[in-house]
Amino acid sequence: MSKYTLYKNARLLDPASSMDIKGELLTKNSKIAALGEKVDTPDEATIVDLKGMCLCPGLIDMRVFIGIPGADYKDTIVNTGEAAAAGGVTTVCVQPNTDPIIDTIPHIEHLAIRAKNALVNFIAMPAVTKQLEGKEMTEIGLMSRAGNRAFTDCSSTIENAAIMNRIFKYAAAFDALIVPHLAEPSLSNNGCMNAGALATRLGLTGIPTAAETIILERDMRLLKSTDCRYHASQITCADSIEVIDNAKNSGLRVTAGVSVPHLSLNEYAIEDYRTFTKLSPPLRSEEDRIAVVNALKDGIIDVIVSGHDPEDPESKRVPYELAEAGVIGLETLLNVSLEMYHNGSMELLDILSKMTSNPAKIMRLDSGVLKAGAPADLCIFDLSTPYRIDPEKMVSITKNTCFDGRPVQGRVMRTIVGGESIYQYDS
Amino acid sequence: MSSAEAPFPHTHLLGIEGLKEAEITQILDLADQYVEQNRRTNKKKDLLEGLTQINLFFENSTRTRMSFELAGKRLGADVINMSTSTSSIKKGETLIDTASTLNAMRPDLLVVRHGSSGAVKLLSRKVDCAVLNAGDGKHEHPTQALLDALTIRRRKGRLARLSVAICGDVLHSRVARSNIHLLNIMGARVRLIGPPTLMPTGADKLGAEVFHDMEEGLKDCDIVMMLRLQTERMHGAYFPTISEYFSLYGLDYEKLAVAKEDALIMHPGPMNRGVEIDAAVADDLTRSAYRNKLKWGWLCEWPALIC
Repeated sequence: MSKYTLYKNARLLDPASSMDIKGELLTKNSKIAALGEKVDTPDEATIVDLKGMCLCPGLIDMRVFIGIPGADYKDTIVNTGEAAAAGGVTTVCVQPNTDPIIDTIPHIEHLAIRAKNALVNFIAMPAVTKQLEGKEMTEIGLMSRAGNRAFTDCSSTIENAAIMNRIFKYAAAFDALIVPHLAEPSLSNNGCMNAGALATRLGLTGIPTAAETIILERDMRLLKSTDCRYHASQITCADSIEVIDNAKNSGLRVTAGVSVPHLSLNEYAIEDYRTFTKLSPPLRSEEDRIAVVNALKDGIIDVIVSGHDPEDPESKRVPYELAEAGVIGLETLLNVSLEMYHNGSMELLDILSKMTSNPAKIMRLDSGVLKAGAPADLCIFDLSTPYRIDPEKMVSITKNTCFDGRPVQGRVMRTIVGGESIYQYDS
Repeated sequence: MSSAEAPFPHTHLLGIEGLKEAEITQILDLADQYVEQNRRTNKKKDLLEGLTQINLFFENSTRTRMSFELAGKRLGADVINMSTSTSSIKKGETLIDTASTLNAMRPDLLVVRHGSSGAVKLLSRKVDCAVLNAGDGKHEHPTQALLDALTIRRRKGRLARLSVAICGDVLHSRVARSNIHLLNIMGARVRLIGPPTLMPTGADKLGAEVFHDMEEGLKDCDIVMMLRLQTERMHGAYFPTISEYFSLYGLDYEKLAVAKEDALIMHPGPMNRGVEIDAAVADDLTRSAYRNKLKWGWLCEWPALIC
């Protein structure tokens, strides 16, 4: 027997169709059955009154690190799923730097088995090169045929231009998306924060923005002779934005993303050597942060990611330059991004598109939209009530958030995956 | 614990940045008093009697560690030295574990040197006693800057309105950073001289004028502070050859001629003769404060310990 649920009195927000109306949405089993101002509802349907809250497609996070397998002390797949659910994220794209590294079909299958009972959808983004070494290609063809769309060496740069060139050419034949790490190692290897006056004052070695832009420029040059799809997952500076803009204008199949911390914090968040602000790439200057927000608004940047990366306390309770880079972010993806709505920088639908329809398009997913027949992966949130981010109330096992105490507006009230409510906010 | 008129308002001394002019003056005045004390046969005082001072050095040091040891002992404290080679730090114990172990021994003062910027500050948050930064990474080395200030003040009578040129490897130097802060606070004019590759990004925003031509930078200055080329910190080539470096940035009489006639030459030591400084200049007692500095080296450690 089919199971129906009606979500009524909702503010339906669908970026893909630019819909922002008061209405209701009906799910049938794991799919969306109908939506509109008024929909025909079977008598047996469960009715959920949303009392005017926002309902949008479940968020898709294109950059999530997990500790499983290999580093179970950092998190578990169950916990990542719970954190995602609490953040309104219904699909997480898993980075391959687990132990063992996800670089073959059996490793992808292993992840699928372990994630089978997780609350949200786990999609592997397998490695581009074996063991993330930047030397030999992984089986991009076979993995693509098996349904994997995006490949990344997550935090390692493919240094060798000839290898990168071959990867682009080869991947293009399978419509595979290549998601590179952008940091010229000779400029970034010893650094731990943005290069500039603040780094000088703190006595920390800086990473110039050129480290990012140089690799990006190289890749754009190489892409010109192929038809490869390319996604720069974390753009942090004005110079890189110019490169992406030019590439898009010249017809290259390039998209770009930015992480929430890079949108909402600048290098001064480091203040007293707070290791929870150490990121790769590092937080940049205020000018660069503003440039990134503008690029997001102008559509040069397509995607917002959390960059969720759990690190255990021992990796963070050390001097800044010795600390591991990375912050958790699944539970601060939506609420911190909504700052750009509340401060008038961006339209609500536009912000949501960067976490729903755009990543769905890039990752070739059928979710990320509100339409009949699409998966009933939904996020219900309260847009306005203010509160402070409290790490102790977070679901993530590790608490390495860079938003401790930050005042935000926008709380995920309910998350639905495949028609099932998997999370409900409980004050 | 302070013997000065007003109590020193900080628990720790982690850096010069953030100190006020009056606080620096207070430390320097105190140091001045100890110059006399140092000349007596009985050099001991009992200001720190009964207190335990631990010198915790994660980085090799001879002079700074000895200075602190001497200062602590002459003030009556029980001084214990701990360095990485004799501790369990090499066995993978973290900085914070070390801190809590030491804290359990209830020391009154920790003097800490560490190779990572910010490490001493991190440690200071995890212990209940006062912490004194004896150098952290490329960040600060406050007592060295205080010592330099004392030397200048005793020779020139003041710090305000003096032109001070800091020359050489500013990029890797914590001493330079502490000095820039201190001299700015005290109203001196700071110039930085060195090849662009040894000048940190944004150095001009720290309150200093940057020069890449040594003679231009040395013109009419009152103090020439030479920095040691920290070859052990250099991961790559920052300049072509030692001889080119010496010829462009080594201090010799010819370059010194454009500075004021009575310009004072300083060097934190140990000197690389023929690299950043000409041997004849280095040994010129009328111009160089190097020996004085060695003699007074521990004097600034004293008030720093007392405050």
